[in-house]
Amino acid sequence: MTTGVRATARIVARDDGRGGTSLPVLAGEGPLALRRTRGSGDEARVMIVGAMSGPLGGDHFTVQAEVAKGALLHVGSAAATIALPGQAKGEARYDVRLHVAAGGELRWLPEQLISAQGSELYVSSRIDLAHGARLIHREEQVLGRAGEQPGRLTSRLTVRVGERPLLDQELACGPGAPGGWDGPAVLAGHRAMGQLVVVRPEFERDPVQPQQMGEYAALTPLAGPAVLVTALAPDALQLRRVLDQALQALT
Amino acid sequence: MSRAALLVLADGRFPAGGHAHSGGAEAAVRAGRITGAASLEEFCRGRLHTAGLVSASLAAAAALGADPAALDTAADARTPSPALRVAARRLGRQLMRAARATWPSGELDALAGEFPKGAHQPVVLGLAARAAGLGADDAAHCVAYESVSGPATATVRLLSLDPFDATAVLARLAPELDRVADQAVLAARRTLDDGVDALPAASAPLLEISAEAHAAWAVRLFAS
Repeated sequence: MTTGVRATARIVARDDGRGGTSLPVLAGEGPLALRRTRGSGDEARVMIVGAMSGPLGGDHFTVQAEVAKGALLHVGSAAATIALPGQAKGEARYDVRLHVAAGGELRWLPEQLISAQGSELYVSSRIDLAHGARLIHREEQVLGRAGEQPGRLTSRLTVRVGERPLLDQELACGPGAPGGWDGPAVLAGHRAMGQLVVVRPEFERDPVQPQQMGEYAALTPLAGPAVLVTALAPDALQLRRVLDQALQALT
Repeated sequence: MSRAALLVLADGRFPAGGHAHSGGAEAAVRAGRITGAASLEEFCRGRLHTAGLVSASLAAAAALGADPAALDTAADARTPSPALRVAARRLGRQLMRAARATWPSGELDALAGEFPKGAHQPVVLGLAARAAGLGADDAAHCVAYESVSGPATATVRLLSLDPFDATAVLARLAPELDRVADQAVLAARRTLDDGVDALPAASAPLLEISAEAHAAWAVRLFAS
């Protein structure tokens, strides 16, 4: 039996002492290549470049990032990630582990994750924030390439501040997912969904009001110094438009 | 355990205020996403496997004696919509009053003292089940059933749906409901060792999104 690819990419961002951010660790592996690109202002910007296709069935990718006090890290990706069926049996896993210290900021803004027909992927994103950390985290999922049925995709997003859970959401869709996932309570036929989480200490004093953004998106203050934008759309382009608009309204 | 106590707790006439909530069905009817028995069934199925599973797990964990305050925080993290968090706490407070009068218990008193504005309803229900001498499985069944019976009953009123059709929907969901309750109890047991992260976090984006719009309506039949 073929076994999948295991790969871990690691990023550590620190205050360089000159008003900028240094990257003492920037270590890609196999399909997960990392490139430092020009950032704006005092941020360090890293692109995740998919050097191979996948994740394929049986693959296990992990991306870890750590942002220390006073550092500002922006992580993007060069292209959408496409989950594909593979030779190896079983589902693929993609783990994202992010840590941000007090006074650090992470802007995690990768391109979409596309679930291709026949693929099986479990994505788990765990974000641990210290009190006083800042975060912008965008996650977009697209069910199937153009005109294609989706694969099986399960995605869990857990954000904690200190030891306290702030947000814990899992969405399961595609063939074999628990019933009703495409029905009137969950996705109602939409093929693109996204979540934008923004955590800022100042929201504690100055909470954001809930805001409806059309029929299929809402900005909601969480039980903590954070807001979540949840959006559904017919396709990736329209989804991005809604999330961009929400991000602008918050900045 | 007393089977009769389970009937009392699960009875739609138990004075805990549940009848005032549609579980998102009112918003879905208005948007044209529930138009009859078939779409009601898909709505209920989706709700059962998401919010229903999460709530049933919270109730089962509370019934097993997990820390109710930690469960309440876990419920907040699984409920991004502030309108739904408010509704869950309001229902929790109403259930607390009914439960304390029905099955007096020190644990219920302590939770009421810690959460004067109400704890999340499933957490209260789990403790009420415990006070009534019921088990985690009973609490999980009770909450999983509520997660679909609420929308079904509401849709009868909202759409003038034939009550026989609505009840048939619930009957067809029964085997899945049993499986969800089993899953909830397994997750609740893991919670005792691994903490609240072991609880399911299944989410239904449309329930969260439309709850916010619904809460802003000037005129509505149901509170949520």
